[in-house]
Amino acid sequence: MEKNNDKITITYREALRQGIRDALQNDERVFLMGEDVGRYGGAFAVSKGLLQEFGADRIMDVPLSESGFVGAGIGAAMTGMKPIVEVMTINFGLLPMDQIINNAATLQHMSGGQLQIPIVIRMGCGIGRQLAAQHSHSWEPFYAHVPGLIVLSVGTHEDARGMLRTALQSPDPVVIFEYTSMLNLEKEIPENSAAVNITEAKVLRTGKDLSIITYGTGVYKCLEAAAELATVGIDAEVIDLRVLRPLDEKTFLASVAKTHRVLVVEDAWRSISISSEISARIMEKVFYDLDAPVQRLCGVEVPIPYPLHLEEASVPQKNDIINAVKKMIRHD
Amino acid sequence: MLPLVTMQKPMDAKKGLLLLYQMLLIRRFEEKAAEQYTKAKIRGFLHLYIGEEAVAVGVIQALTDEDNVLSTYREHGHALARGIDPDVIMAEMYGKVEGCSRGRGGSMHLFDASKKFYGGNAIVASHLPIAVGMALASKKQKKTNITCCFFGEGAAAEGEFHEAMNLAALWKVPVLFVCENNLYAMGTPIEYSHSVTELEKKGAAYGIEAAAVDGMDLLAVMQAANSAVEKVRISGKPYLLVCNTYRFRAHSMFDAELYRDKNEVEEWKKRDPIPQFEQFLLQQQWITDQEIAAFEDKIEAKIEKAVAFAEAGTWEPLNQLTKFVYSEK
Repeated sequence: MEKNNDKITITYREALRQGIRDALQNDERVFLMGEDVGRYGGAFAVSKGLLQEFGADRIMDVPLSESGFVGAGIGAAMTGMKPIVEVMTINFGLLPMDQIINNAATLQHMSGGQLQIPIVIRMGCGIGRQLAAQHSHSWEPFYAHVPGLIVLSVGTHEDARGMLRTALQSPDPVVIFEYTSMLNLEKEIPENSAAVNITEAKVLRTGKDLSIITYGTGVYKCLEAAAELATVGIDAEVIDLRVLRPLDEKTFLASVAKTHRVLVVEDAWRSISISSEISARIMEKVFYDLDAPVQRLCGVEVPIPYPLHLEEASVPQKNDIINAVKKMIRHD
Repeated sequence: MLPLVTMQKPMDAKKGLLLLYQMLLIRRFEEKAAEQYTKAKIRGFLHLYIGEEAVAVGVIQALTDEDNVLSTYREHGHALARGIDPDVIMAEMYGKVEGCSRGRGGSMHLFDASKKFYGGNAIVASHLPIAVGMALASKKQKKTNITCCFFGEGAAAEGEFHEAMNLAALWKVPVLFVCENNLYAMGTPIEYSHSVTELEKKGAAYGIEAAAVDGMDLLAVMQAANSAVEKVRISGKPYLLVCNTYRFRAHSMFDAELYRDKNEVEEWKKRDPIPQFEQFLLQQQWITDQEIAAFEDKIEAKIEKAVAFAEAGTWEPLNQLTKFVYSEK
């Protein structure tokens, strides 16, 4: 961590850790549980040192029982605690899905509003470390499909530090996706951690020629692509969705109304994805503002292969984004 | 050691009459529910507890108002034994706003947070981890309440049963697991579901103390439950109580009961917990036949009142359809 006036340079991992530390310090009801979060220091070293600082009651190592410990987190949340439950990666996220969908997302409704489930579930996810098909999933759309959940995607370092704190104030269950390929990435963020909202998308770069809408690992890729496009005179607006449910359509519809062209970028498989939904809403609500059809760059519909060149070809890369934008602009 | 907080009182006439009242109320309430189902007043699934009343009544009498209770989709008996008003349960089955879950849940999802009654859970075994989490919260908050979780023997074949047993023992949290073994997982007999059919033996794998009891005998269930609850409360550790019982009615209203012999059902009905307990009360001279008849009249009136309450209930306006998905700001 280096200071630079009121800014600090920080890795994504350290930003996540600061978020968890803040949460544990601010509220005694908060505890972290997950596989290897304590003695091992977190599978990705995110919670390293927290066991020593906060003790085993608040940093709980749990057995490999994803359904069991996520369910236990739900029970604890129903009776006065504020659990942060780490599911090591989204790849194991199907095992607790019954708990998350049938219980966390549903109990408030089934009980006629009597119960609240203030649980925060964190999952590492993303593609790009040559981990092959079973460990390279982008299943954000599965969770974003479910009413009753708040689904967040941590695309920036500021959100890595700030989203958890706001999520813990939510009376409703929050699923937060963090991207393991970004853990070592350093960025500059404000030193003082201001609260971030978890209801709105964010325009990270303003532009007039087209809107690039993305989330997760797409955020920095799209910002880099936009910077390069600026050198050839294309002025792209970049929006980080941040909240995948409930979607903040106001922000991206306003952008479309301004730029009249849209590219949606995500790692998830193309069919029935976040970009499908974004595209549909744009068609439904601002169709007459469009100068061209909405374009999408998504994950290729294949189990992610192991070799680097095939893996890279499976998800949108910076150059794919640049090329897609140039094509869209030239097609005027 | 946690201080012992118990409402367990020795059996006497007053308590005996209360428990008989509860069992009869459950029986007659469900008979009425079945009747209302055939009139299409109640829809969806309806799973009757008839025959198993001694389990809910015998276990719940051992709990305090501070203890948490979770049950399955066959939970009318537990809800009534926990003291939820028959009016709001019937209204819930009708789907009316006046129901205990505002009509959003129906028969399978009865909730009453004020009575610490947490459903009404209809995904088999998925409430077991929740029960463990509630007990974990009690431990973290240094409370003396325990969590009582009812489930069927079918649930004991689910992975979540095993995960929950392991977590509860590992974390040393105060959960009373009550397995209601009615011998059939829907239509599958226990010998086709479990390699080991003495389900109490499953406790040993997790270092959880366990016992089995005749679930048709209220006095036996009470005794076993009193002892189990006391152990959980004092030790702060989980306990597995298997109540061997039988449902006299079909799995649900859609079940043609092709999987079991009518004679088997008739044999089990000879062990009906209600007449058994009535005999006990008569022998103790705590009740007379006339008083039992008067009891029945009182219960019938109570159930008629519940039906009238449900009939008079209101339908939630359509503009409120999406309520209770997220908390209101």
